[in-house]
Amino acid sequence: MWPDEIHRELAAAKVRLVGYVPDAGHKRLIELCQADKSMRAVVLSTEEEGIGLAAGAWLGGERSVLLMQSSGVGNVVNVLGMVKECRFPLVTLVTMRGEEGEFNPWQVPMGQAMRAALEAMGTVVQRPASPEDIAPTVNAALRLAYDSYASVAVLIPQRIIGIKSFQEQAAQ
Amino acid sequence: MTLHRRDVVKKLLEDRKELLVVAGLGSTAWDITAAGDSPLNFPMWGAMGQAAMMGLGLALAQPQRRVLVITGDGEMLMGLGSLATIGVQQPANLGIVVIDNERYGETGMQATHTARGVDLAGVAKACGLNVCPWEKMRDAAGPAFAVAKVAAEKIPLVLPPREGALLKARFRRALLGPAADSI
Repeated sequence: MWPDEIHRELAAAKVRLVGYVPDAGHKRLIELCQADKSMRAVVLSTEEEGIGLAAGAWLGGERSVLLMQSSGVGNVVNVLGMVKECRFPLVTLVTMRGEEGEFNPWQVPMGQAMRAALEAMGTVVQRPASPEDIAPTVNAALRLAYDSYASVAVLIPQRIIGIKSFQEQAAQ
Repeated sequence: MTLHRRDVVKKLLEDRKELLVVAGLGSTAWDITAAGDSPLNFPMWGAMGQAAMMGLGLALAQPQRRVLVITGDGEMLMGLGSLATIGVQQPANLGIVVIDNERYGETGMQATHTARGVDLAGVAKACGLNVCPWEKMRDAAGPAFAVAKVAAEKIPLVLPPREGALLKARFRRALLGPAADSI
């Protein structure tokens, strides 16, 4: 499964801190990171905190990753200015809402605007097209961020996550 | 007795040794610089609300080093949720001091919520932080939190370097040595 493959990439890249605001699409990956003794999973009250966490960790010499839903991108826009100005490496894994097959209309505006918002703030956006392509994309994102001091977001398409209704989400 | 912000911050950073310091944007960034610029200072020029979270990330990455966040009441108010996040993580090596002049000092000295009685120490305590007097902040058990009520005064700017990439690189080299460039 792709969450297990992402977790293997994070572990291999020596990611030690995992900041997250929960999302149904990230449920499995969050559980894997919580169970991994080489990582510390940090639950956040808003996605913005994850940028401060990642920047502070990098000042201290540790690698991190930030997990969020696409709606969370709207909460981090101003703080991405620090990431750009300081050239902090940043890897954000975004589970998409508000695109293919969305069932909550309130998710659609941010889901549709988030890519432009990220790119406007200098984040490189990568969107794997298939489940098989997710792990290689995360691998490349980790290298781009930590070898080249870039901010990189990997978008996990809603079609791959595959949740189609409130009922299905609640049953997760 | 009325406290003056520069005196408080100078006292907090006296004989600082291995201390790692993050300052929130605005007056507290000028305060830590007035006390003596250091590569182990990270004065923020933006990202309002994130000083405490920068401190948390740094404290988790460097558990053997004391990390001190010095920030203002307006900056702390913008990141109140971070106190809940820090309360959950319980970093033993992190201290946060709010230099509280009850004003937004960079924008015309408008009153903040703390001027109307909002109690930041009460919030921190409810989130599980160890609230203590600011004088104890160098070695109180973390996550420690203090508020120093200071005079609302306009004092000369003492500006640290502005370039973010420089501030980041000098901090990492001072902390991590030559390895900073190859991690």
